[in-house]
Amino acid sequence: MSRVSLDAPEVRFVEREATIQRRLWRGNAFSQIVAPVLYLLAMGVGLGGMISSAGHKVDGLSYLEFVAPGLMAATVLQNATGESMWPVLAGFKWMRFYEGMSASPMTPADVYRGNLLWIAIRFTVASTTFLVVATLFGAILSPWGVLAVPAAVLGALALAAPLTAYVATQDDDHKFPLIMRFLTLPMFLFSATFFPLSQLPAWLQPVAWALPLYHSVSLCRDATTGTLAPGGWFAVVGHIAILAVYITVGYRIGRRTFTRRLAA
Amino acid sequence: MGTPGTLVEARSLTKRFDDFVAVDAIDFDVQRGEVFGFLGPNGAGKSSTMRMIGCVSPLTDGVLRVLGLDPVADGPRIRGRLGVVPQEDNLDLELSVFDNLVIYGRYFGIAKSVLRARAHELLDFVQLGDRAASKVDPLSGGMKRRLTIARALVNEPDLLLLDEPTTGLDPQARHLVWERLWRLKQDGVTQVLTTHYMDEAERLCDRLVIMDGGRIVDEGSPAALVARHVTREVVEVRPAQLAGNDLELDDGSEGVDAELEAVLDLVRANGERAEVVTDRVLAYTDDGDALVAKLNADGLRPASVLVRRSTLEDVFLILTGRTLIEG
Repeated sequence: MSRVSLDAPEVRFVEREATIQRRLWRGNAFSQIVAPVLYLLAMGVGLGGMISSAGHKVDGLSYLEFVAPGLMAATVLQNATGESMWPVLAGFKWMRFYEGMSASPMTPADVYRGNLLWIAIRFTVASTTFLVVATLFGAILSPWGVLAVPAAVLGALALAAPLTAYVATQDDDHKFPLIMRFLTLPMFLFSATFFPLSQLPAWLQPVAWALPLYHSVSLCRDATTGTLAPGGWFAVVGHIAILAVYITVGYRIGRRTFTRRLAA
Repeated sequence: MGTPGTLVEARSLTKRFDDFVAVDAIDFDVQRGEVFGFLGPNGAGKSSTMRMIGCVSPLTDGVLRVLGLDPVADGPRIRGRLGVVPQEDNLDLELSVFDNLVIYGRYFGIAKSVLRARAHELLDFVQLGDRAASKVDPLSGGMKRRLTIARALVNEPDLLLLDEPTTGLDPQARHLVWERLWRLKQDGVTQVLTTHYMDEAERLCDRLVIMDGGRIVDEGSPAALVARHVTREVVEVRPAQLAGNDLELDDGSEGVDAELEAVLDLVRANGERAEVVTDRVLAYTDDGDALVAKLNADGLRPASVLVRRSTLEDVFLILTGRTLIEG
């Protein structure tokens, strides 16, 4: 057992996914490049160009510079929602590959953690791709921008940890579209992604603040602009702490719901 | 490892789901090298028992030792030495046939280089060597089941658990599976299997327990169980009225019951044991032909009479009053 860290059960989960991706990576890579290009063209260049030509800036930034980190965090979180629902229910129910894992020395908690590790890896790749594309668009102002990658991944995990825990309690996907429509989409639109939080009505601001995306957007924006938002390091620590709470609470519930589902 | 000769030991093993008692305080032992069976109808508690042995379902009460270890404390260690063929195939549909073995083996922490060699051997063993690169979905039911068996062997298990290994397969596919399991038995692989097919139990099991309603009704080798509970032969008598067309059945059902009763009385008058199964009377006797001759002499005119050897099916019927496969 000298290679414990590299041969951990969670890594075996990732090996399965990686084996499948080996066949699919070209298509995935293509869509992972195309999506940020389209978003940045539409919002950054199209809408942003209009705003700039009117002489406006947002928090001292061009609209492209403002919206790029928002889009990065938001698309990662949106895709993480999907990745946390349908493939997980497939593992439990439609294809039941979690059952095969449960018959091995892997525990349900290993399966849960393995899935989170896979999501972390997947969205590290996706957000790095986004960052490279955004850099080519001239939207990244600082070398600190590389830190936007862990910030976006932290956001993905803050969503995936509790959401996969919840999916383990579901027998069908009837509620999944509702989650996309009434949780992910509003969060996508109103978490300081496209405009500062101060534009929201006062009563809505705490709602956005309580959800994970606002915090990963803020962290991404601090990184890509190389400037701390008002609140400084204190705010940075606060953003990370709130995302960590999501991950920790989700993790505690997820270990239990996965165990209840796979070992009853 | 110093694994004892008793690979599974259960005492008052119990599984409850809320108020429902799936497994009701059963005792059994599985010895190294034997094929041990749980025979019983659906809902008898066989699968629940298997899941407890497989350390994927905690026991509610009693004592269970698997490979000398405690499933609660050592679940992952035990599972590492088990091979599991579940009732419903859960092959990985996103992986090729070959990768199904390699990736599954990785779940057990076995090195990929070892697994690649082993996967080829195992695919040859289950006669799927030429399908290595295929996807799983196009395989027939029998092929999938054989692949699942190969997958269960990828960690060279000390104990193979097979839950209804041939349920849903056509006769030819069943025979192929039986033949592979027989080979494994000859290689000394200890197997625990559940089945509701008496021919499967008779063919494969050295020893079995008959389960019904979560309890063990009796235990022994197939031959010993038959010898203990039933006579050597069975005469199956089907009354004449059922041989007619279905139209007569509507108003004739009372007549059928009456005729079944008449056959029953006749058999019992000849001092033999008899049971009614839907449309037939089963008469237990040591000399079937002699009984048929006597029944004919007494004026019996049935639609059909069949003399056959007694089976585990008859044992189950006598012990529980019901058939293994209910309509």
